[in-house]
Amino acid sequence: MFHRFTALSSPRHFYAIASAWLPWLSVLTALGFAVGLYWGLVVAPPDYQQGEAYRIIYVHVPSAWLSLMVYTVMAGAGLVALVWHVKLAEIAVYECAVLGAWFTALALGTGMLWGKPMWGTWWQWGDARMLSELILLFLYIGVLGLHNAFADSRKGARVAAVLALAGIVNIPIIHYSVEWWNTLHQGATVTRFDKPAAHSSMLWPLLFMGTMFILYFSTVLLARIRVRILEQEADRQWAEEVRRG
Amino acid sequence: MMGRAFAAVFRRELRLAWRRRGQLLQPLVFYALVMLLFPLGAGADLALLGQVAPSLLWVAALLAVLLAQGTLFSADLEEGGIELWVTSGVSLGWLALAKLIAHAMIVSLPLILVGPVLAGWLGLRGEALWVLAVSMALGMPVLCWIGALGAALTLGLPRGGILLALIVLPLYIPVLMFGAGAVHAAVDGRPADGALLLLAGLLFLGVSLAPIATAAALRVSQE
Amino acid sequence: MAEFLAMGGYAFFVWGAYGLVAVVLIGNAAVPWWRHRRLRNKGSGQGKAH
Repeated sequence: MFHRFTALSSPRHFYAIASAWLPWLSVLTALGFAVGLYWGLVVAPPDYQQGEAYRIIYVHVPSAWLSLMVYTVMAGAGLVALVWHVKLAEIAVYECAVLGAWFTALALGTGMLWGKPMWGTWWQWGDARMLSELILLFLYIGVLGLHNAFADSRKGARVAAVLALAGIVNIPIIHYSVEWWNTLHQGATVTRFDKPAAHSSMLWPLLFMGTMFILYFSTVLLARIRVRILEQEADRQWAEEVRRG
Repeated sequence: MMGRAFAAVFRRELRLAWRRRGQLLQPLVFYALVMLLFPLGAGADLALLGQVAPSLLWVAALLAVLLAQGTLFSADLEEGGIELWVTSGVSLGWLALAKLIAHAMIVSLPLILVGPVLAGWLGLRGEALWVLAVSMALGMPVLCWIGALGAALTLGLPRGGILLALIVLPLYIPVLMFGAGAVHAAVDGRPADGALLLLAGLLFLGVSLAPIATAAALRVSQE
Repeated sequence: MAEFLAMGGYAFFVWGAYGLVAVVLIGNAAVPWWRHRRLRNKGSGQGKAH
């Protein structure tokens, strides 16, 4: 078991395994998205309250799920990087931060596009989830900024890992404080509507899209780590051989 | 051994702070200045000021704490003090705890004393002043410790100042919400103890986790 | 088909959201693919050994 772990954590072996898996994962992700989009946009019935506009949840909710999940993965990779000095984990911290920031931005963007027709405003201060997403985006930007400030990318990754771990402790507290603040300042103007996707014909495509987002994240993370390895190990014999094809 | 190391670090911090006591007044002047700027910008409407004063007092105090963080470890870095800490054999988290407690006292105490005075200046009265003082006493140390972690993370970077603010400010949000929330509650005549208890919880969490995180950051910076 | 594209009057918001997601997800997947291709092309061209 331990032997296999160390083999996988060696950049050269990781490169070979990632290269073997990536074509299959890419095809699977593309097919999955085709099915998910058809399911969510065509097959699923319109919502009785929100009509067709609710279909935004099939991209909004998975983006929000992933924005949190990726942060957890990043903190996990950070812990591995700090404790065992694994180079792959250091690379993963940075690539997770990039992807997580994008998922968070998507959750915010699609949330605004959903809020405008439903609340009549792009930004609703009374919505704790949107506020938490915005703070999460700032946390990601902090990790990216800290990483990029160091000329030595290995040191940058390890410093960023400490911040990511501090962030993972804070995320539940931030979320709770925002909710607490929200109940305190809740005006009567906030229009609450029933959560959509309560019916299973709407819920299944949502869960499917969520799974596809996770598949997408795994695939792209693998591809991104693979390129970084090839860049950072450019001087090694094996990388030279790979590049010559 | 551990007790003596703790006391030594603690005393050294206080001695150094006393030596540059003029510098310690700067956050206070900054705090008072910001509290002057807001009424000048918003007009002398006391009713409006009373409504926003709790948030203003807390945001300005938060920024004053943030300003006091940048150079926290830079003297240690130049003198090789951190390297000494790492190689001393005493737990780095333990030494960081001594430094963090001293640092929190030095930075927070003056602000906690001045906060209620400025609050009275802005028109807050009675119980709200006490609640402000207690909320600051509970919250300012946490802000100091989060800031110290930021200072440890950006240690040795040429332009760490703006980056420090960028990574620290999002982490400040819960303290700000509970702190300003407590004072708001007192101003509105609602009980503030819920928010104060939450702040006390953060203080407890801070004193147990901040030394570990700061020690980890310092160790990485010395690699 | 026109009815499908109209999305019950919410076309801008629904297609805007899906378009945004498509651009970002495809972009994020294209970056490593493109860089990998460029690296391999460079490798075969110069072939300098250290």
